Amino acid sequence: MELFLNQLLAGLATGGIYAAIALAIVMIYQAIDHLNFAQGEMAMFSTFIAWQLLQWGVPYWATFFLTIAVSFVGGIAIERIVFKPLKNAPVLSHIVVFIALFSVFNSLAGFIWDYSIKSFPSPFGGLHQVGMIAVTLLLLVGLYVFFQYTRIGLAMRAAAANPESARLVGVRVGWMVALGWGMAAAIGAVAGMMIAPVVFLEPNMMLSILLYGFAGAVVGGLTSPGGAVVGGFSVGILENLAGTYVPYVGSELKLTIALVLIVAVLVVKPSGLFGRRAVVRV
Amino acid sequence: MTTLLEAKNVAAFYGATKALHGVDLTLEEGSITTLLGANGAGKTTTLRALCGLIRTEGEIRFAGTRIDGRVTEDIVRLGIAHVPEGRGTFVRLTVEENLQLGAMTRRNRAEIAADIERVYEHFPRLKERRKQQAGTLSGGEQQMLAVGRALMLRPRLMLLDEPSFGLAPLVVQELFEILRTVNRESGVSLLLVEQNADLALEAADRAYLIETGRIVMAGSAAELRADEGVRRAYLGY
Amino acid sequence: MRRTALLLAALAVALALPLFLKNFTLFQLTLVMVYAVAILGLNLLTGFNGQFSLGHSAFYAIGAYTAAILMDKFDLPYPLTLPAAGAACLVVGFLFGLPALRLEGLYLALATFALAVATPQILKFSAFEDLTGGVQGITILKPDAPFGLPLSQDQWLYYFTLAVSIVMFWAASNLVSSRTGRALMAIRDNPLAARSMGVDTALYKSLAFGVSALYTGVAGALGAIVIQFVAPDSFTFFLAVSFFVGLVVGGVGWIPGALFGGLFILFVPNWAEHISKGLAWAVYGIILILLIYIMPSGAAGFVRAVTAKLQRRAS
Ligand SMILES: Nc1ncnc2c1ncn2[C@@H]1O[C@H](COP(=O)(O)OP(=O)(O)OP(=O)(O)O)[C@@H](O)[C@H]1O
Ligand SMILES: [Mg+2]
Repeated sequence: MELFLNQLLAGLATGGIYAAIALAIVMIYQAIDHLNFAQGEMAMFSTFIAWQLLQWGVPYWATFFLTIAVSFVGGIAIERIVFKPLKNAPVLSHIVVFIALFSVFNSLAGFIWDYSIKSFPSPFGGLHQVGMIAVTLLLLVGLYVFFQYTRIGLAMRAAAANPESARLVGVRVGWMVALGWGMAAAIGAVAGMMIAPVVFLEPNMMLSILLYGFAGAVVGGLTSPGGAVVGGFSVGILENLAGTYVPYVGSELKLTIALVLIVAVLVVKPSGLFGRRAVVRV
Repeated sequence: MTTLLEAKNVAAFYGATKALHGVDLTLEEGSITTLLGANGAGKTTTLRALCGLIRTEGEIRFAGTRIDGRVTEDIVRLGIAHVPEGRGTFVRLTVEENLQLGAMTRRNRAEIAADIERVYEHFPRLKERRKQQAGTLSGGEQQMLAVGRALMLRPRLMLLDEPSFGLAPLVVQELFEILRTVNRESGVSLLLVEQNADLALEAADRAYLIETGRIVMAGSAAELRADEGVRRAYLGY
Repeated sequence: MRRTALLLAALAVALALPLFLKNFTLFQLTLVMVYAVAILGLNLLTGFNGQFSLGHSAFYAIGAYTAAILMDKFDLPYPLTLPAAGAACLVVGFLFGLPALRLEGLYLALATFALAVATPQILKFSAFEDLTGGVQGITILKPDAPFGLPLSQDQWLYYFTLAVSIVMFWAASNLVSSRTGRALMAIRDNPLAARSMGVDTALYKSLAFGVSALYTGVAGALGAIVIQFVAPDSFTFFLAVSFFVGLVVGGVGWIPGALFGGLFILFVPNWAEHISKGLAWAVYGIILILLIYIMPSGAAGFVRAVTAKLQRRAS
């Protein structure tokens, strides 16, 4: 029983990681109707920027907010420079561009900061896991308020759901998409800075985390930030419990478990546990 | 009377195919104008061209300024509200959020709230369903919502693409009554595309007839109604 | 008529190449054909049936491992491993296609992406180590040219791969223009209409997955023979992503596009490395973005635009 509780707690802690990245995934999905496969690498890159600032002696919280700001602007810049000119290109070409961004960020980070493992400080000291979960929940509440109660949040939802109608009421759809990119990059930066103290910082840190994050987002239904957080936590708990209780498969085939989970949820409930029936535009 | 909107020799394109071949239109401030034509004649295309949703050539002026080539978002800000074919409902948002969106270009919150109440007065059915997802409204209710959303802009000109589509005859009468009231009391000009030519000609001051992307007749509503050809082809008597 | 002439000319060039090229270049071209067959498989699924996959490295791996194990453990002659690998992948692909039926667009991309990421782990799994060689993988011998033909090993493998590729491309273009192919495309364009016309969409979609996996599996087996080695880390999701890139760069729904895709994913990373060693993948990414910028629909769109222009000039 104690083992079970311990694993449950450990699961909640890793789940916090996945929840944070799942939140960023849902965010971008809301804004652009796509999954961004470069999301993890963007978060990793932001975290390296934070690490660099800390190395230069900038205090933690200043670094934290500066990194968020830089990432936000960077996300907007990526949309304006790379994706805006491609808005009439086929969907598959967009995915290729995500892949291209993935390799650019991964390679750049390795080039600038090399591939050695770096430790990253936590502002919460020994209580990092608790702090991380709190930050995730705070983000969630913030997003909820933003989308439900602000005009610009409403405009973003409208732009994603029905771009043409949105333009007809005067919403600047292009900028809403850019804003979505900026916000997703900023949330990714927060997630990265929360994750790095746990898994260490290196250019390839995000790949499997991204997969779990996708799993969490999908379990939660891709359209619901709350669902993404719940989904992220469930994936973390499940991963830990499976690692403990499913003899030797659990530890070696962790990723495979995530795979089975994704496929199982999708097959049973294609719109996820909390999602509305997705209208897939392909 | 002053001219509110003037289109000169406007062509419009879907990709490489030309769908309008030189359309001329003049709308007077405060008037109701109707655009009639058979299926596929280019009515929807004309409205889309006027608010910059498709690529155009030629000159379009609204209240004196050139609007051709400008993006839809800017044209809307000048005061042109479009009730699109197919209603353009934001199905996942609530009825009230849909109305809020209609006022996206405006700042004054108190006025917006008052205007939402006005729309609810026109369409009490929408008030009952204000917190409901708009996608769950009936077709007719969504049509009312589309008109309500357009009113929320406080437009100078409304482009209406078959507003009576899918409405019961009684509701159509009601809707046209509301449109006439808006026109009379707030001086909003209307450009009305209708399948129901009888109804449209009755409401309108002026009328245009479009065939395969060209304006083939223009005149007062009474003149068009008196025309033998129009009577036979569009009024059916 | 013009098309036949073009094909014959290409064939003549392909047959003559080994006389002029170094063994290493030949080896690279052989790999290009292997990748082209794999991309062709992906194209059948995505281009002609409208289903995404970011997980075709899994089928490629299954094909490669089937060939390697059959040669290593059961001494099967290498040409026979190709049909075996194809059959294995047909079955696995069909089975994966069944749950995939419920998934559309991005959701399918996600499920297959997960498959790709999980593949190396499954291959390393200790319970299968006796068969798969675990992390070490399996080394196999390079075949000599048969019947005492005066060809180097690389030259022979080039011709062997060329022959297999021709058969695969020929079969694919026949499949696409057959009744089955039309059904696949009808499902891609409008699933509801296809169903109402009496097309068994579930069956055809799973079948498309199976056939697509078969192609990629055969390519995997060929790849194993050509490279003489299989190991889990050669089949990471990166390979799946490369196939996907090859598909889009070549042109979705255009059969010859697979060749352009194969050329791209083999040679462009090398060029990128030439330009900057440390930033090779960043350079690759930028080349890719620029390419999509210039040709949003890949080589297919480019070729189409050029031929349209030529025809307009001719008329
Ligand atoms: N998205 C599009 N792409 C290409 N052609 C189009 C498109 N929309 C309309 N067209 C063509 O433009 C012409 C005019 O169409 P439009 O929709 O303006 O007709 P309409 O007068 O509104 O007809 P209806 O009464 O049926 O609504 C038609 O020939 C139509 O085929
Ligand atoms: Mg129309």
